[in-house]
Amino acid sequence: MSSNDTARRIGAVIQENEQHILEAWIGHLNSLSFRKDAAASEQLRRHCAQLLALLPEATVTGGTDNIEGRAWDEVRNLLAEISTQRAKQGSTPSETATFVFSLKQSLFTALRTALNAEPAVLADALWGSTALLDQLGLYTVEVFQKSRDQIIVRQQQELLELSTPVVKLWQDVLALPLIGTLDSARTQVVMESLLEKIVETGAAIAIIDITGVPTVDTLVAQHLLKTIAAARLMGADCIISGIRPQIAQTIVHLGVNLEDVMTKATLADAFEVALARVGARVTRIAA
Amino acid sequence: MNATGTAEMVRFDSALLANAGARVESSITLPLHTDEHVVGVRKVVREHALDLKLSLVEQTKLVTAASELARNTIKYGGGGMVLAQMLDSGMRRGLRLVFADDGPGIADIAQALRDGFTSGGGLGLGLGGAKRLVDEFDIDSRSGEGTAVAIVKWKK
Amino acid sequence: MERIPILRIGDLLLVSIQVDMHDRLAMTLQDDLTERIVRDRAKGVLIDISSLDLVDSFIGRMISNTAAMARVLDAQTVLVGMQPAVAITLVELGLTLPGVKTALNVEKGMVMLGQR
Repeated sequence: MSSNDTARRIGAVIQENEQHILEAWIGHLNSLSFRKDAAASEQLRRHCAQLLALLPEATVTGGTDNIEGRAWDEVRNLLAEISTQRAKQGSTPSETATFVFSLKQSLFTALRTALNAEPAVLADALWGSTALLDQLGLYTVEVFQKSRDQIIVRQQQELLELSTPVVKLWQDVLALPLIGTLDSARTQVVMESLLEKIVETGAAIAIIDITGVPTVDTLVAQHLLKTIAAARLMGADCIISGIRPQIAQTIVHLGVNLEDVMTKATLADAFEVALARVGARVTRIAA
Repeated sequence: MNATGTAEMVRFDSALLANAGARVESSITLPLHTDEHVVGVRKVVREHALDLKLSLVEQTKLVTAASELARNTIKYGGGGMVLAQMLDSGMRRGLRLVFADDGPGIADIAQALRDGFTSGGGLGLGLGGAKRLVDEFDIDSRSGEGTAVAIVKWKK
Repeated sequence: MERIPILRIGDLLLVSIQVDMHDRLAMTLQDDLTERIVRDRAKGVLIDISSLDLVDSFIGRMISNTAAMARVLDAQTVLVGMQPAVAITLVELGLTLPGVKTALNVEKGMVMLGQR
């Protein structure tokens, strides 16, 4: 019996016994102690019903060998939706894949009943449907992974934005506390945003604090120096603060020339110098 | 102007005009003989840069590089022309500019690529500087035969 | 022939470059400024480039030269209003305009020139 014929038989069985298979499937899932709250149950039931409704046509048209084809587009989209939704809700990839695999039990039962009198057909059908559900289950894992990756990328982006704020410390004094490792691309973004902020606030001094930067390489050092040179062309001076011993060593090793740049050990020291430069002074009010 | 442009370019190293899989979307040539021509080139390059949706910094770098090379063509090349082509590689779009003249040529290209700017405002071709402002840079020059400089900036 | 206007405010000369300058115009400006410093006995020159979205090596050198000549004539020059993209590009080109004082805007530039 050709796999096309088998596929058609499988599709037919699912269609004819849809309600039955659905109830058995959900019952099985519940017994696997899946999330028990009402909203989750409602969602689970909906997902099962939607998938089951699409399976017959896809199976008949597209066969069970390959779910990449056109006939399986709608099913893949549905699975992608389900997988992404569950990922957002904190499901593990196993849980989502199991959601698909667990259909086997109720489907096999339906096939055994329907094809009782045709053992050869039954054998093919069982093989065909297990192969199919394996593919579908694995597909959900792939989608799950991809959507998790996207979440990570987005979080990295947000972290990037959070970690490069330009702060106005005082009238005419800006501070740029850099945190984390700096790569070429990020340093350039930071450089441009500092220069924009200088124009926006009319700052005369910018303190670039690198206390939170574990390592600096030649490229990053060069970018920093370029930023300082550009700021100077615009009329603002820069002070680098928070250079840790390791970074000081690296800078010397790399032969980076910091002679024209003022450096201070801490942000506080830099701030004091900056205040003096803009003609301000902090005094204690006598008690 | 277009036909003459490409014909003149051909005598230079064909690598300058090699497409390497990129499709040429549009092509125009502009003359480079007077100061006003330099201003004209800046305008045209700025328009193309905006079309490519380059960031402001990238636009400025590109137009500045074009200005430098356009001036070189006039001052050291005795005048010539520039070919501006919008490229589409399928994955990204870019702008290629080829500046050509049939002036005295550059005898020592390596020397010219080393930074020519001196703090005293001395003469320098500034090729090294222009090179840093763009993504791809190529030069073909022979003593007594002329010079052609090609630069490409891609929209990343 | 087109010229870039130079304004006198007390003993300061103020020039605001608003157009895309070609080389000849830049040279004319340099000559005009030098002449005016002598004629008006100016003590300070303020060059405002806040409207310029492009400063290439020629214009950069013109500014450097102007500042150098002004110094010889006992006048100080302050360059104001350079746009971030222009600053980044000049640095990349390797032009840092040493010997030219800079300020963020005309107001700050005037303050700087006033402190002599």
